[in-house]
Amino acid sequence: MASLIAGGVDCDVHPAVPHLTSLLPYLNDYWRDQVTTRGMVDLISQSYPQNSPITARPDWRPGSGKPGESLADMQRHVLDPFQLSHAICNPLYGVQMVFSEDLQAAFCRALNEWLTKEWLDRDQRLRGSIVIPTQSVEKAVAEIERCAADRRFVQVLMLVMADTPLGKRALWPIYEAAERLDLPIGIHAGSAYHNPPTAVGWGSYHIEDYAGQAQAFQTQLTSLIVEGVFAKYPRLKMVMLESGVSWISPFLWRLHKFWRGVRMETPWVDRAPLEIVRSNIRFSLQPFDAPPDEATLIRLFDHMQSDELVLFSTDYPHWQFDGQEALPAGLTPDLVRKIMIDNPHATYPRLT
Amino acid sequence: MNIQFRESSEAASPLAVKTAIADCDIHPARATRAELYPYLAKRWQHHLEVYGVHAYQGMMEGPPYPKAQPNASRRDAYPPEGGPQGSSLSFMQKQLLDPHNVQLGVLNPLNTGQGIRNHELSAALCSAINDWQIDKWTSKDKRLKASIVVGNEDGLSAAAEIRERAGDKNFVQVLLLSRNVEPLGQRRYWPIYQAAEEAGLPVGVHAFGFGGNPITPSGWPSYYIEEMVGHSQCQQSALASLVLEGVFERFPKLKMVMIEAGFGWAPSLAWRLDKVWQRLRSEVPHVKRPPSEYIREQVWWTTQPMEDPERREDLFDVIKWIGWDRLLFATDYPHWDYDEPSRVLPAGVSDDNREAFYLGNAKKLYGIA
Repeated sequence: MASLIAGGVDCDVHPAVPHLTSLLPYLNDYWRDQVTTRGMVDLISQSYPQNSPITARPDWRPGSGKPGESLADMQRHVLDPFQLSHAICNPLYGVQMVFSEDLQAAFCRALNEWLTKEWLDRDQRLRGSIVIPTQSVEKAVAEIERCAADRRFVQVLMLVMADTPLGKRALWPIYEAAERLDLPIGIHAGSAYHNPPTAVGWGSYHIEDYAGQAQAFQTQLTSLIVEGVFAKYPRLKMVMLESGVSWISPFLWRLHKFWRGVRMETPWVDRAPLEIVRSNIRFSLQPFDAPPDEATLIRLFDHMQSDELVLFSTDYPHWQFDGQEALPAGLTPDLVRKIMIDNPHATYPRLT
Repeated sequence: MNIQFRESSEAASPLAVKTAIADCDIHPARATRAELYPYLAKRWQHHLEVYGVHAYQGMMEGPPYPKAQPNASRRDAYPPEGGPQGSSLSFMQKQLLDPHNVQLGVLNPLNTGQGIRNHELSAALCSAINDWQIDKWTSKDKRLKASIVVGNEDGLSAAAEIRERAGDKNFVQVLLLSRNVEPLGQRRYWPIYQAAEEAGLPVGVHAFGFGGNPITPSGWPSYYIEEMVGHSQCQQSALASLVLEGVFERFPKLKMVMIEAGFGWAPSLAWRLDKVWQRLRSEVPHVKRPPSEYIREQVWWTTQPMEDPERREDLFDVIKWIGWDRLLFATDYPHWDYDEPSRVLPAGVSDDNREAFYLGNAKKLYGIA
């Protein structure tokens, strides 16, 4: 195993909202009344059933409550033992599944307030992602601008399976605001379930949804690149979170080939997809979805032809590795330093 | 990929005799709509004239994402006698089969009875296409072999069509498309796999199809390139479904061929499935072995469109991870993204691997002496 180094940045940890009632203090009177009067229940996404083995490592699973709901646990499990300088909090509470844009906006605002008060204010290593109500671009931009005043928010968070492909022009004001405010867009695994979770329909199983996240990331990268997001916003960085990494190169070989073949369809794509990815797209390390052998790992990183694409993550509290083995075997010390420190800092300008 | 007009490029080839190859993805077309009518009952002819096919998509004619070329086909592939590209046997012989020394050509008809909401019409059209493949193609050129096209959404009638054709040496596989109403591992499709396994025929899953689902898990994209690149994601989801529903476990002699969706994604998908299966196998106790084992034993891939790395030799790593014995060369003739046989493999391939890639694997899989 490659050796961890101190001062790393964990780009994907998941603090859990204990229950919908935890957000009540952060809702206004009207929405608080709506939640209680209508008997709204906890917003737990099918993407992460609470007792699913992948949702929490056995030794990170608390005796009661949700995995990831305790700051003390997060400190004990990752912040301290991994000697992290920072960890970026990506809440996966199911606010994106709501269909009313008003309700979604109220929940997103409450969630961001909750994160500030219950997490960021209580450990100075923590940084936050702004969860946005993507069904309303106007409200999403307003929430980004509101939260961005707090420099501890270092990124905007979206789900990889949303209402529309993420490159669609209607969403571009979100990207304009993010670029303007030095906020990368983090795209995290998970679905709003407003579309079937695969491009060929609804599967039967949780395992199918989870394995299928990688395909969702692939189609989103295609959308973002060919719609021209990075031609319009060249400084914008996007980070694929919990995406897997072993698919990146073969996917780009295919996209590149078709771009060469039909680029007349999207003439605004002014650089090759491979170049766009190398300059604007990053990927979190876990889940590292390659076999545990060094020779394969060396080939996979060589295929990427860049040591800047991957950012360290534990995906806490999800069960992607055991013990301290967050780094797959075969990484050189130079690459470990890039992944754990240099690449995250180059990606997140607010990370100071 | 080939979108330039290159007149007689093959005829001008310097090599008099080329090494024999198999082309595992050739698309035969009808010269006219009425060409199928001799194989259709009067009722269905009338139905088609009045109502059309009523597919799981909005357009009466043509695809929702306009192709890059007319009929998605090479501009130099129009037959001299007229009709769309791929509709003339003599021109296919002249342009593809003879100059490339194609010893085995597997026909995969598109725009058949698949992806149609009226399942009775779907079955009738598929059966007609199967008769037409024999009459127009395989009975006239012994190098060509047909695929049994089946009404994909009605497993029972599809299985009946397979049993009807079983043992007929004109056919070497059953053909499905990747995008259906449900992922391909779902139970409604199991009668197809059962009948194919009994008949000893591989099931080919070709890119495309309509099942009514948005073609990404995040809704409908904007462009043709997104659909084209996205075929590999659809194929991955379909294959994951086949593994996780236990289709390979239940039908251990079933062989599946992934057609025209690339293969570079296969190792990553298998690794990912293995990793999540280790965690979540209690949800799918019917999947008894690591997913990669089923894939290694029961899945093949056609090559076109080959992934095209900047450093072409990177592809050898991926092929090694898949297995040189699992790739089947294909041109996709007459489509515009045709792969030219002489150009697809970089230098540095052993003679044995080259032979397997171009011919041997296909002959073995399809049972051609």
